[in-house]
Amino acid sequence: MVLIRTIIAALFIVFSALAAQTASAQDDDPALRQAIAGLGAEKGYSKLRKAIGIVVETGDPRGARVLDALSEGDVYRRETDGAVFIVSGRGKQLTLLDPVTGDETGTAAKSDLKKVRVNNSVRRSVREAIGALTLGAKDPGVRMSAARTMIDNPDPDSLDAIDTALDKETDADVRDALQQARAGAIILSDRDVSEKVSAIETIRDMGGQQALSLLVRARSGAGAEMREATDAAIASVRKRLQYWSLGQNVWYGLSLGSVLLLAAIGLAITFGVMGVINMAHGEMVMLGAYTTFMVQEIMRTSFPGLLDWSLPIALPLAFLVAGAVGFAMERGVIRFLYGRPLETLLATWGVSLILQQTVRTIFGPTNREVSNPSYMSGAFQLGELSITWNRLWIVVFALVVFGVLLYAMNRTSLGLKMRAVTQNRRMAAAMGIRTPWVDALTFALGSGIAGIAGVALSQIDNVSPNLGQGYIIDSFMVVVFGGVGNLWGTLIGALSLGVANKFLEPFAGAVLGKIFVLVFIILFIQKRPRGLFALKGRAVET
Amino acid sequence: MIVGHLLRGGLNRWIVLSLAIILTIGVAIPALNLLLPWNHPLHVPTYIVALFGKYLCYALLALSLDLVWGYVGILSLGHGAFFALGGYAMGMYLMRQIGSRGVYGDPILPDFMVFLNWKELPWFWYGFDQFWFAALMVMIVPGLLAFVFGWFAFRSRVTGVYLSIITQAMTYALMLAFFRNNMGFGGNNGLTDFKDILGFSVQAGETRGALFFASAIALALGVLFVSALGASRYGKLMIAVRDAEARTRFIGYRPEYVKLFAFVASAVMAGIAGALYVPQVGIINPGEFAPANSIEVVVWTAVGGRGTIIGPIIGAILVNAGKSWLTGFAPEFWLFALGGLFVAVTLFLPKGIVGTAIDGWDGLRRMRESRRRERGEDETMTGHQPEAAE
Amino acid sequence: MTEAAMIEERPVLEQAPPHAVLTEDEAQEKRRRETILYLDGVSVSFDGFKAINNLSFLLGKGEMRAIIGPNGAGKTTMMDIITGKTRPDEGEVFFDGAVDLTKHDEPAIATMGIGRKFQKPTVFEGHTVEDNLALALSGSRSIFASIFHHRDAEEENRITEILETTRLSHLRHSSAANLSHGQKQWLEIGMLLAQDPKVLLVDEPVAGMTDAETAETARLLRDIAKDHSVVVVEHDMGFVRDLGVKVTCLHEGSVLSEGSIDHVSSDPKVVEVYLGR
Repeated sequence: MVLIRTIIAALFIVFSALAAQTASAQDDDPALRQAIAGLGAEKGYSKLRKAIGIVVETGDPRGARVLDALSEGDVYRRETDGAVFIVSGRGKQLTLLDPVTGDETGTAAKSDLKKVRVNNSVRRSVREAIGALTLGAKDPGVRMSAARTMIDNPDPDSLDAIDTALDKETDADVRDALQQARAGAIILSDRDVSEKVSAIETIRDMGGQQALSLLVRARSGAGAEMREATDAAIASVRKRLQYWSLGQNVWYGLSLGSVLLLAAIGLAITFGVMGVINMAHGEMVMLGAYTTFMVQEIMRTSFPGLLDWSLPIALPLAFLVAGAVGFAMERGVIRFLYGRPLETLLATWGVSLILQQTVRTIFGPTNREVSNPSYMSGAFQLGELSITWNRLWIVVFALVVFGVLLYAMNRTSLGLKMRAVTQNRRMAAAMGIRTPWVDALTFALGSGIAGIAGVALSQIDNVSPNLGQGYIIDSFMVVVFGGVGNLWGTLIGALSLGVANKFLEPFAGAVLGKIFVLVFIILFIQKRPRGLFALKGRAVET
Repeated sequence: MIVGHLLRGGLNRWIVLSLAIILTIGVAIPALNLLLPWNHPLHVPTYIVALFGKYLCYALLALSLDLVWGYVGILSLGHGAFFALGGYAMGMYLMRQIGSRGVYGDPILPDFMVFLNWKELPWFWYGFDQFWFAALMVMIVPGLLAFVFGWFAFRSRVTGVYLSIITQAMTYALMLAFFRNNMGFGGNNGLTDFKDILGFSVQAGETRGALFFASAIALALGVLFVSALGASRYGKLMIAVRDAEARTRFIGYRPEYVKLFAFVASAVMAGIAGALYVPQVGIINPGEFAPANSIEVVVWTAVGGRGTIIGPIIGAILVNAGKSWLTGFAPEFWLFALGGLFVAVTLFLPKGIVGTAIDGWDGLRRMRESRRRERGEDETMTGHQPEAAE
Repeated sequence: MTEAAMIEERPVLEQAPPHAVLTEDEAQEKRRRETILYLDGVSVSFDGFKAINNLSFLLGKGEMRAIIGPNGAGKTTMMDIITGKTRPDEGEVFFDGAVDLTKHDEPAIATMGIGRKFQKPTVFEGHTVEDNLALALSGSRSIFASIFHHRDAEEENRITEILETTRLSHLRHSSAANLSHGQKQWLEIGMLLAQDPKVLLVDEPVAGMTDAETAETARLLRDIAKDHSVVVVEHDMGFVRDLGVKVTCLHEGSVLSEGSIDHVSSDPKVVEVYLGR
């Protein structure tokens, strides 16, 4: 029962998403409406099944909506004129929906309506009907999705529908999918052993979690002659899955690592290069995220056509906003505290409280919605890996930011001056570099990059005044672990901590995994106080 | 022993004065609350007793931080962890005193364990039905954590901001751990709904008064302890390590042990403060481990004046009184004020209130002396001998 | 087993016949026994840069030695190695002929009796002159002892004595932070004396001093050298001449020349790299 319902619902979801596109092309079809009206006219289950067959004959995928509702028991006939509706709501007054489009058409008293009753055999017909409607659709995409749904929910009863579809199918990919669906159905059916064994091979080649669960299910019911083949197939699928899960962990780790990298990379400048402990670093990230939110709001209200462009527009703005705040911070507070790191730590913590509370006062304490633009939503499948677009973009983006920063530090004149000032302030000053100006710009650069990170993080995290707090400790850990003053160390540190975290999670759970990583870093700092890639020798001591 | 040593070394009159004030408050406030009728003009309302009791615990916590930060120069951003551990140890005792009066009525298991379907008391809850054991754990657990942490950190010469950052990571990791339900410390909700302590109801006015008095005593002992340490050769050693750690090593001291002793002693003090805090506020939860809490303790100490004994106490009470007052009528303003306080103190008042006052006092005295000298040498020679610098 | 005991045993293990002619190893061993500081074949490098290169250096008991050499010659690194701050990559470092210094850390070496004054004077600026000396006074270095320590008359006398030697008596109660540069140098030397070490390593004691102060310091060091072994690193040739002791010139991490001041200062190699023509 439940299985049947989920299958119907799943098929229906697949179908309705795609049918929506075709709906405008085909105008309201009187043949479909007539066929649907037949659902209410006939008495008795066998006649109802026949009426369902008529709906199928129209070949119109939109017929699936009413069939789906029928199996849920939501289809009613109005007593006064015999019209058929999908009904929603409870109580005495019910809402009537058009059976083709699903639009609201009015209300009616419950006493005026008569439910079209169904039993399990009708439900089975409905499912086959929906399968036939979608497997027979003109669009190969619709057919593919239908086939996939059938792979996910193998059922011997759908073998006939699959066979019919296979006969007609021309598209190679859909054929493959149908073959797999058929194999899945055969394994669970009572067909003979040779057919089942070849089906097991098909499923084994398909691989993946579904194949595994299907095979395990098949094994429990299999006779002795089948067991060997099933076991071999299970082992082979398991092995492949292990490789994929390794890959999945690496990917998740890199994805987390890139988030850490984004959060830490600005800190690698302010803390790593300048030696300023900026506890308000997280708040720079938060300002970047709120800038994104503002840009998106303005786009939404004033230029809806440009909504997808709000992230590229927010990037420079976030850099400027966070950079400006950083500049003001350096000039207003930090420059008085050079050489007093502990005081700097406290003062910047104070600034972070003020920034948080300012944002809380302006935007409120709750999470603000920053939506994903179309190119960052959804996911794609790479073998067994499900890769979401926003994660992929963030990995790419983090690497790009890293590359640009590396270039700026090593190849530009500002970068040269920054390094000169941090290595020997007095000598740099003597050579005519305006050190206070370079300090302020360096700090602004680090803060601005944190702002840019905020744009990216707004896509995967809640935009709230506390956003930055969640990143500050992690960021410091990354910079310290990687080795202070070394951009490459920050990159390696972020990625390896990300991967380590994700590999620990399956054994220890997310929170305990994080605790392990923290404890590891605490111990690591004891062993190598200057991080992975540390400068050595006399220069360090002085 | 230490006190005897202190008495020989000479008690500073400021210390004596502050001890007298703390003890007077410790007796007077509960007395005025319990002995006077509620409509008497000098009657102290119960909520004030609770509030000031909390401040006294905070003051002890600030003093413990001052011992490591002000004297040895270790800026710990994780002292809240020791406070919270002491609090949890006391909370576990109070939980077990509930007995079968809990919602589920289990005579052994606290409510949250019954709720989680646990069948047995975890081993680390054994013994906490005894007050003496809990009291011991209040000191041992934070002390042990500080010892292990400090042993590794100080020996490998992790100093300055690196040390600050890993202490912060330590309290953060503990917070994450205590939030987990299966740690066996009540998870998110922590430990609460306490009934009685040593057989007296925690709600009763007399118990509250006694706890208040105990907090005052603990603070007074803390002041005595820190000033005794400060006056000893070890106290001078602490300052020496703070100012020139490498030098102490080359004259044969091991600064890591100097730091370790101070760190452990300070953690024990913080644990005691936490243990006195919990029965007075009636709850302990993982939020106490939040890194922000520990940093707040730093600002109390900084405002009052680190490296002084009365400073952190004054700082803790002033800042928290300000917090209570501000959150009363403009809660959204409190974080602005706290943030501003951090910036203002580091920029304009790096020595804190007491430190600046001492400087001003010394300056004034020097000025008076030099003026007196101008008037005539004889007068100064026959007048008061200038006191030895403290 | 102590280091010393292990070394004592070595000749026995080698079954050296009595009264035989000394082998080369034994001769070296004998030479080592007579030194207070013994460095042989010591090398250390930082990131590929050889700061000390196959350095050998002997200091006899009760001897005072001056070390000169251009910047980067390895003078400070040599002191770092002796005091345990830097571990050599290879080579032997012995104290008092028997104690392998490469196996000990700074506090251990300091308590054995090697005192060091830094190039940049480092005193405890938060303390008075008196307290600086009190902390440096020889005695137990244990933490618990320091908590219950009470200063006795003998210690008071020693402090008074050292204050007189270093001419700081009138500043006894002043904060060390308020001392002049030269006074800080003297205070640091005073702290060395308070430690009562066997060897004093003194790095640039007269930097930033007036001529009168320099002469005074030379006199002070000669005084100290009467009952201590002393190594003085200094650039000031006049001062070195004043000390009137054997001179070692270091260059690029090894010994360039050694001998009397006249011998060294006329050595063409020394003139070439250091003194200039």
